[in-house]
Amino acid sequence: MANKLSLITKGLLKENPTFVLVLGMCPTLATTTSAMNGLEMGLATMFVLILSNIVISLIAPVVPDKVHIPVYIVVIATFVTVLQLLMQAFTPDVYKTLGLFIPLIVVNCIILGRAEAFANKNGVLDSALDGIGIGLGFTLSLTVIGIVREILGSGAIFGWKFISGDGILAFVMAPGAFLVLGYLMVLFNKIAKK
Amino acid sequence: MAAKSSLKNMALCLTAVCLICAAILGVVYIVTEQPIADAAAAEAQASIAKVLPEGGAISEEKTCDAEGIGGYYIQTSGDGIVTAYAVKSTTGGFGGPVTLMVGVLPDGTVFNTSVLSHSETPGLGAKCTEEGSSFREQWKGFKGNLAVKKDGGDVDAITASTITSRAYTKAVAQAVALVNGLAGTDTKEE
Repeated sequence: MANKLSLITKGLLKENPTFVLVLGMCPTLATTTSAMNGLEMGLATMFVLILSNIVISLIAPVVPDKVHIPVYIVVIATFVTVLQLLMQAFTPDVYKTLGLFIPLIVVNCIILGRAEAFANKNGVLDSALDGIGIGLGFTLSLTVIGIVREILGSGAIFGWKFISGDGILAFVMAPGAFLVLGYLMVLFNKIAKK
Repeated sequence: MAAKSSLKNMALCLTAVCLICAAILGVVYIVTEQPIADAAAAEAQASIAKVLPEGGAISEEKTCDAEGIGGYYIQTSGDGIVTAYAVKSTTGGFGGPVTLMVGVLPDGTVFNTSVLSHSETPGLGAKCTEEGSSFREQWKGFKGNLAVKKDGGDVDAITASTITSRAYTKAVAQAVALVNGLAGTDTKEE
């Protein structure tokens, strides 16, 4: 039981995809302009990650080695397209904000990385738990970066404005993303080492 | 990792995976087709209603080939008199196309504007989407020289975002020009 639980918690700390593995930097830097955007992007990625981990762990034994990457990519792309259609239909506002970054989940290193490093060697349950763990870690990291950038950049948190007027513009734009990510990485690794 | 990488195995595996995935996508597409169309229509309706005076019937989308105009809608009162036009107008902004919905009264006065899509810089040009900002408020009932003050017109630009403000102004000007052209002809037959 403790073993199963560690599959989930390792995604949050020891193998945190953003601060430790440093994977999936493109959506991390681009979509974390606010806490809500970060959270939504994290959840979208988690959805694809869990489903692709489950399916890949199921089909891995029958997939010939030489074509395993194309097969995995087709599976991942299918789930991303399903997600894209569902979001367009039922949460059009969220889809509008995240836009381009939803189709880009296909090439997110975290997903193919977990398929290669974990799902094709482990059972269905373990792979699903790994997807949940890594997905939660990614969501949490993106939300934290989003919170910091939103507070500094627009004086708000989850859209609730507590400082009137403009924030520090740089934090809404790309340089702020790198700065916040860098400092949070230092902080995170300092805490995790203890 | 079991199956041998023979040509037959590889072809079979890829074909099977692609077929299944295509089938799944087909089903999801059919299921979501209607909700997606509904969501797009609801969004268009909401943006039209936002830029027009209340009341009156709104026509189907009409097309025209004026540059930058993506289509327009005519609002008529109960007795068939045209009360306003909603025009979808696109120009090039700082980061890409800026598409507005512009409500224009038959005499060429701007009633209200709203942003449909844009890719301006967050914190600078993207301020043109902020409802209630002085830049947006000036458009309500605007009638005057459609150019930013820097270019000798009457439009107050957004601070540090002259290119976005120019694009916004140009999109409004396109819409007003279209309505000025239409107002003479359409009022009677619609």
